[in-house]
Amino acid sequence: MGYDLNQFIVVLAIMTGLVFVTGPWLKRIFTAPGHNIIERGTYRLLGVDPAEPMSWKRYGAVLLLSNAAMMLLGYLILRIQQLLPGDSLGRSSQTPDLAFNTVASFITNTNWQAYSGETSLSNLSQMAVITFLMTVSAATGVAAAGGFIRGLSRKSAGDIGNYWVDFTRVTYRLLLPFCFVLALIYVWQGMPQTLTADTVVTTLEGARQQLIIGPVASLETIKHIGTNGGGFFGMNAAHPFENPTPLTNTLHILSMLLIPSALTYVFGSMIANRKQGWSFFAAFFVMFLGFLALVYGAEHAGNPMLSPLGIDQAQTATLGGGNMEGKELRFGIAQTSLFVTTTTAATTGSVDSMHASLTPLGGLVPIAQMMLNNVFGGDGVGLINLVTYAILTVFLVGMMIGRTPEFLGKKVEAREMKFVMLAVLAHAFSILGFTALACVMPSTVDSLANMGPHGFSEVLYAYTSGTANNGSAFAGFNANTPFFNTTIGLAMLVGRYLTLLPMLAVAGVMAAKTTVPAGPGTLSTATPLFTGLLVFVVLVVGGLTFLPALALGPIVEHLLMLSGTTF
Amino acid sequence: MHNDQSTSADLSATSAFKGIARPVLVSALLFMVVTGLAYPLATTGVANLLFPSQAQGSLIERNGQAIGSRQIGQYFARPEYFHSRPSATSGPDPQDPSKTVDQPYNAGASAASNQGVLSKKLLTAVEQRAIAYRQENGLAANAAVPVDAVTASGSGLDPHISIANANIQAQRVARARGVAVDRVLALINENVDRPQFGLFGDPRVNVLALNLALDAAAAPARPAAQ
Repeated sequence: MGYDLNQFIVVLAIMTGLVFVTGPWLKRIFTAPGHNIIERGTYRLLGVDPAEPMSWKRYGAVLLLSNAAMMLLGYLILRIQQLLPGDSLGRSSQTPDLAFNTVASFITNTNWQAYSGETSLSNLSQMAVITFLMTVSAATGVAAAGGFIRGLSRKSAGDIGNYWVDFTRVTYRLLLPFCFVLALIYVWQGMPQTLTADTVVTTLEGARQQLIIGPVASLETIKHIGTNGGGFFGMNAAHPFENPTPLTNTLHILSMLLIPSALTYVFGSMIANRKQGWSFFAAFFVMFLGFLALVYGAEHAGNPMLSPLGIDQAQTATLGGGNMEGKELRFGIAQTSLFVTTTTAATTGSVDSMHASLTPLGGLVPIAQMMLNNVFGGDGVGLINLVTYAILTVFLVGMMIGRTPEFLGKKVEAREMKFVMLAVLAHAFSILGFTALACVMPSTVDSLANMGPHGFSEVLYAYTSGTANNGSAFAGFNANTPFFNTTIGLAMLVGRYLTLLPMLAVAGVMAAKTTVPAGPGTLSTATPLFTGLLVFVVLVVGGLTFLPALALGPIVEHLLMLSGTTF
Repeated sequence: MHNDQSTSADLSATSAFKGIARPVLVSALLFMVVTGLAYPLATTGVANLLFPSQAQGSLIERNGQAIGSRQIGQYFARPEYFHSRPSATSGPDPQDPSKTVDQPYNAGASAASNQGVLSKKLLTAVEQRAIAYRQENGLAANAAVPVDAVTASGSGLDPHISIANANIQAQRVARARGVAVDRVLALINENVDRPQFGLFGDPRVNVLALNLALDAAAAPARPAAQ
C-alpha cells in the first residue's frame, strides 16, 4: 500500500516537473519568429507562405481538408494492403467499412480498433498508415491548441496564426525528436523494432510458438506522446512486446500526460498570466487524483465474488493481489490503476489491462473521465475542452451575480456562448444518441461479451470512447460489424471536429475583441476559488448529462456485485 | 464598437479555401513519407545497431535453437516445470482450421477473457482452475490459491507469476525432478524480477527464465516430445 503510494507520488512529481521542460519548449514552437532550413523546405514543397496570417475560418478549413486528404491516403493504403510488397504473412486488405472505421479512428486521434493488429495489418501499414496518422493527428490537435491559445491571447486581431507553421513545427520540433529518443529506450527495455513480420520458436515443452514482431517501438512512442492509443497488437499495451517492463509502463504514462499538462503552462505563458495556466493545471490534477483513488481502491480490494472460492487476493510481500483478471503481473494494481486513469484522462485509449474486467467502480472511472473529456484530455483538445468549460463557468457565475461574464479581459457574449454550447452538446448528443440507437437495435445483443448491466456498459463505453476520441474499449464487445463500424466512425468524426471547429471559432471571435479593464465585478479566473468553481461546473454538467446512463451500467453493476448476482 | 470583427470575417469567408488544394494534397504525401516511413525506418536502423537482440524480439537460444522470447510467456503443462498463468488466447483447430480452439500462449493472436466481475463464465473458470491447481500441487481442498494462478492476464502472454504462486509450485517441481525443495526455492529467489529502481512494478518471477535455470541446474527434463 505504502509502496503503491510511492509509485503514484514519484510518477506525478515527474509529470509535474516535465511541465517546466516541455511547457517552455512548446511555447517557443508557437511563438518563435524564425524557421529552420527543413521547415523552409517543407513550406516550399507545400507551396505555402509561412507568414500568411489565417483567420479562424481559414485555419479551420486547412486543418479539416488536410486531415481529410491524409485520411483518404490512409484509406487507400489499407484497401490495397495485400497488393503492397514486404509482408511475408500476406495479410489481406481491410473491408471498406473496416478501413473507413480505421482511418476515421486514427485521423481523429481516437485509435478505436475494430481489428486486431497482429492478424490484419502488415508492417508497412503499421508504419505508413498507423504511425503516420498517429503523428499527424497529434500534430493537428497540438496545432489547433496553438491557434486557439493565440486567438485568446490577442486583442483586436483578425487572425489566429498560420496552421502550416504550427503543424510543421509541432511535428518536426516536438513529436519526431521526442519519439525517436524514447523509441530507443523502449527497444533497450525489450520492445521489438524490425521489418521482419514474425519469428517461430519451439518452446521448452516442444510446442510451436509464432512470435509476431515488427516496428513496435516507433509506434509505441507516438502512440502515447500523441495521446493516440492504438496498439500494434490486439491486446495493446498489455502485450509484453508493447510494454515489456514497469519502466516502459511508467514512460507510457508520463508520455501521455506530457503535452496535455505542458499546454497549461503554454496557455498561462502566452496570455501573460502564468497563474491562469497553473489554475487550469490544478483543475486537471484534482480531478485526476479523485479518479485515481477510486480506481485504485476498487481494484486493490479485488473481486468479492472470488473470495468464496478460496482465492487469495490480499496484497503481501510475495503476492500483488487485487482483481487480477485481465491484468499483467509485472505492473500489479498500482501501475495498472495509474495507467487506467491516465489513458482515459488524457484520452489516449491505450490499455495495459483489460478494462472490461475491471470492477464496476474501477470501470466507471474510464467511462466517466471520457464523458468529462477534460481531465488533462488529449493533445491540444484537452486544454481546449477545459477552456470550453471555463467559459461556461464564467457564464454561469456571471448570470448568478447579474453581470456580463468576462474571460481573459474580454466580454463573453451570445455568439461565443453558442459555439461553446455546440461543442458541449455535440459531445453529449453523440454519446447518448448513438448508445440509445444501438440499444434498440436487436442485433446489438450478438456483439455483447457480457450480459446484464455489463453488456450495456460495453455499448456505452464504445460510443463514449469513440466520441471522446479515446479508443479504448470494453474489448469483448464485437464492434467489427457494418453498423458499429459506421456509427462509431461517425461518433469519432463528430466528437473531433464538432468540438474542435466551434472552439477555433470562439478563438477567432475572441481574438477580434478588445479587452475591457478589470473592474470590481470582474471574476478573476486565476484563483483557487475559480479552479474550484471550474471543477464543480465540469462535474455538475457532466453529472447531469451522463449520470442516468452511468446508473444503468457500472453503478447498478456495483450494487448487483454487493448482492452477489451473477450473469 | 470596432468593426474590424466584421471586416475580417468578410475577408476570411472568401479566402478560407483559396489556394488550398496543393498544400493539402502535398502535405498528405510528404508527411506520410516523413512520419510513416523515414521516422520508423531510421528508428529501425539505429535500434538494430544499438540493441540487436531486443529489436528482434529478445529471443533466447539453447543449443543453438531459439526456444522463446524473454518477454513472452509460454504454456507449461508438465509437472517438472513451473506453470504460467491461465491464458485466454485461442488458435485454429489443427484438425479443422475453420474452427478456433483454446490455445494458451498463442503469441500470434494475443487475447483476454474480457469477462466482467459478475460473469458466470469467469467465476466457473476460476473455480475449476482453483480445484485443478490444488490437486496438481497437493494442497488441501480449502487451501488459499494465489489470485494470479487462476486469472487470465490481459495479453494472454504474461511471462510472470507471483512469488507466492512459484513457492507453492516449488513442492511439485522438486518432487517431479527428485531434487530438494530448498534448491528449487533458491532458484526461484535467484529469478525474482525486483521492482525497477526499487520503485516501479511488483516483484515477480519470469517463468521461462526460471524453468531454463531449473533445466540447467537440476536434472534436465525429458527431451522435448515430437
